[in-house]
Amino acid sequence: MDWVATFAVILDSAIRLSVPLLCAALAGLWSERAGVVDIGLEGKMLIAAFASAVIAAQSGSAWAGLIAGMLASIALSLVHGFAAITWRGNQIVSGVAINMLAAGLTVILGNAWYGQGGRTPTLEGAARFGEVTLPFATTLRSHIPVLGLIYDEVVSGQSAPAYLAVLALVVTAVVLKRTRFGLRLRAVGENPAAVDTAGISVAGLRYGAVIICGALCGLGGTYLAVSQSAGFLPHMTAGKGFIALAAVIFANWRPWQALWACLLFGALDAIAIRLQGVALPGIGQVPVQAIQALPYLMTVILLAGFIGKSTPPKASGLPYVKER
Amino acid sequence: MSAAPIDLPRWADTALVPLVSVAAALVIAGLVVLGIGESPLEATALLLRGALGSAEGISFTLYYTTNFIFTGLAVAVAFHAGLFNIGGEGQATIAGIFAALACLWLAPLPGVLLVPLAVLAAAGGGALYGLIPGWLQATRGSHVVITTIMFNFLAATLTVYLLVEVIGKPGSMQPETAEFASHAILTPMHRLLAPLGVKLPATPLNSAFLLALAALVAVWALIFRSRLGYAIRTVGANPGAAAYAGISPARITMVAMAISGALAGGLAVNEVMGVQHRLLLDFTAGYGFVGIAVALMGRGHPVGVALAALLFGVLYQGGAELSFDKPAITRDMVVVIGGVIILFAGALDGLFRRVVASLLRIGRGD
Repeated sequence: MDWVATFAVILDSAIRLSVPLLCAALAGLWSERAGVVDIGLEGKMLIAAFASAVIAAQSGSAWAGLIAGMLASIALSLVHGFAAITWRGNQIVSGVAINMLAAGLTVILGNAWYGQGGRTPTLEGAARFGEVTLPFATTLRSHIPVLGLIYDEVVSGQSAPAYLAVLALVVTAVVLKRTRFGLRLRAVGENPAAVDTAGISVAGLRYGAVIICGALCGLGGTYLAVSQSAGFLPHMTAGKGFIALAAVIFANWRPWQALWACLLFGALDAIAIRLQGVALPGIGQVPVQAIQALPYLMTVILLAGFIGKSTPPKASGLPYVKER
Repeated sequence: MSAAPIDLPRWADTALVPLVSVAAALVIAGLVVLGIGESPLEATALLLRGALGSAEGISFTLYYTTNFIFTGLAVAVAFHAGLFNIGGEGQATIAGIFAALACLWLAPLPGVLLVPLAVLAAAGGGALYGLIPGWLQATRGSHVVITTIMFNFLAATLTVYLLVEVIGKPGSMQPETAEFASHAILTPMHRLLAPLGVKLPATPLNSAFLLALAALVAVWALIFRSRLGYAIRTVGANPGAAAYAGISPARITMVAMAISGALAGGLAVNEVMGVQHRLLLDFTAGYGFVGIAVALMGRGHPVGVALAALLFGVLYQGGAELSFDKPAITRDMVVVIGGVIILFAGALDGLFRRVVASLLRIGRGD
C-alpha cells in the first residue's frame, strides 16, 4: 500500500501545481478561440496574484481577494482588447507590454505600500483559502482501500479556487461546444467576416472572450497568492503563463485536452521537485533542469510538426478589418 | 476609428508619432510616481542629474545604452524581415555560454586573438540560437514568436544546469564560472582613454560600447545599402512579391533570425566579457525585452534605435540613482515605462497616429 500513498501524494502535488496552469490555459483558450492571441497570460496572473494578496490582506477575506484579482486581471485584458480589437494593433506586442507592465507595477506598488522588497503581508485565517474537506472523505478512506485513499488525499482537501477551476473547465467545454455563444465565438476565431455578415458584432464577441480570459487569469493568479502561498512574492508566476500557453498549443486549443496537458506539466513539475537530489536505480541522478525543460521542449517539437499536427484557429492573431 | 491607414507626412511618421507616444508613456510613469506619494518633477530632476550630471553618471548611462543598442538592433533587424524575435534574452544567454567557454578554454591564447575569438563565439552562439527558430518557421511552419518564448526558458534552464553541474566554479556555492583571465576581458573605457589624456572614473563602461556603435553603422549599411538588406525588407513587406522576384522568404527568414541572434549576443559581450568577467545566472536581466521597446520606439532605424537606447540608458542609470534618494521608486519603474512604451509605440500605434494627425490638422487650421 506504500506505493499507493506515494502515488497519491505526487498526484496531489501535481494537481496543486496544475491548477494555476489550467486557469491560465483555459483563459488563453477562450481568447485564442476568438482570434485574439494572448501572450500576456503571465502578466495578468501576476497582477491578479498581487491585487488578490493586497485586498485579502486588507480586508481579511480571501473571497474579496479573489474578486480583486479577477478585476485587476480583467482591467489588463481590456487594455489588450483595446489595443488588439479596437485599434487592430499587433497582439504579440501588446501581450509583451502587458507582461512588462505587470512585472514592474506589482514590485513598485508592493514596495511602496509594504516596503518588504515587493512582498505583501503574510495571509492568515480567513484571508487565505483553506483546504475544503469533501463529504465522507475520512469515512471512505477507512472503508474503501485504494480509491478511498485517493479520494481523501487528492479529490478532497483542495482549496476553493481549485474546485472553481474544475468548474470553469466544465463550463468552458460545454459553452464552447454546445451553446450559440460558443459557436459564434469559435466562428469569430475562424472566419470573422462570416460572423460579421451574419450581423453579429465581431468586436463584441472578441471583447467578451478577452474579459472571460481576464477573469480566468485572475482565478489562477489568486490561487497562486492566496491559496498556494500565503501572500504575494515578486515575479511569483515564474513563467507559468508561458507554460499555460504551451499547454494550449499542446491541447490543440481544446478544453479537455488542456486539462490533460496541464496535469502532465504539473506532474512533471511535481516529479522534478520530488527527484531533487535523488538517485534513481539504474539511471543515477536525473538533473532536475532536464525535467523542468520538458514542457518547453515538447512544445517546440510539437509545433514543428514532429509529433502530431497543431491547428490553431485560422483567424488568430489577425485583427479584423471590415471591408467598406 | 477608420479602416484606412492614416497618411502622415514622413517627418511626423518617423519623429512625431514616437515622440508623442514616449511623452504619453512618461506621463503615465509620472502618474504612478504621484500615486505612490512622490513628486514626479522632483523625481525627474533627480533622475536626470543621476544619469547626466557627472562623468560617472554619463559613463554608467552609456554602459546601459550599450546593452539596449544591441538588443534593440536585434529586434529591429527581425522586424525588417517581418519577424518578431522575442528570444533576445535566450539568444544572449546562449551567447554568454559560448563567450564564457571561449574565454575559459582558449585562455592560453594571447589577448589580441582571444578577445576577438570570444566575441565571435558570442555572436555565433546567439546566431545559432536565433537560426533554429528561424529554420523551424521556414521549414516546419512553427511560429517564431512561440518558439523563441520557449527557447528563452530552455536557455535559462540550460544555464542553470551548466553552472550547477558542469562549468560552475569548483567549491563555490554561487552558480557562476571562475573569473576569466585578465587578458580575456574587454578593456574598461577609463583605461582605454587614459593614454589619450581623458580621465574617466572607473565604471562598467568598456570597449563593447565602441562595438555597439560599429553595430549601428553595420546594421544601417546592411539594411539600407546592401542586396541582403533589400531582400530582408522585401520579404518583410511582402513575402509573396519577394518570392516572385526570386528571393527565397525561407532563406531570408533564417538569415534574418541568425543576424538578429548574433546582435543579441552583443549583450553577452558587454555583460559577460566587459563587466562581470564570468558567466552568472540571469545576466540578461530583462534587457532583451526592453530591446523590443527600443526597436519599436526607434522605428527599426539604427538612428532611432540609438536615440531610444540612450533614453533607456538614462532611465536605467537615473533610475538607479533615484532609488537611492527615493527608496519607494525602485528601478522597476523603468520596466513599467518600457511596457507602456511598447504598448503605445507598438500596439496602439494606430491610436497615436490618429492623435498626431488630428494635432497636425488643428495646426493647419482646417
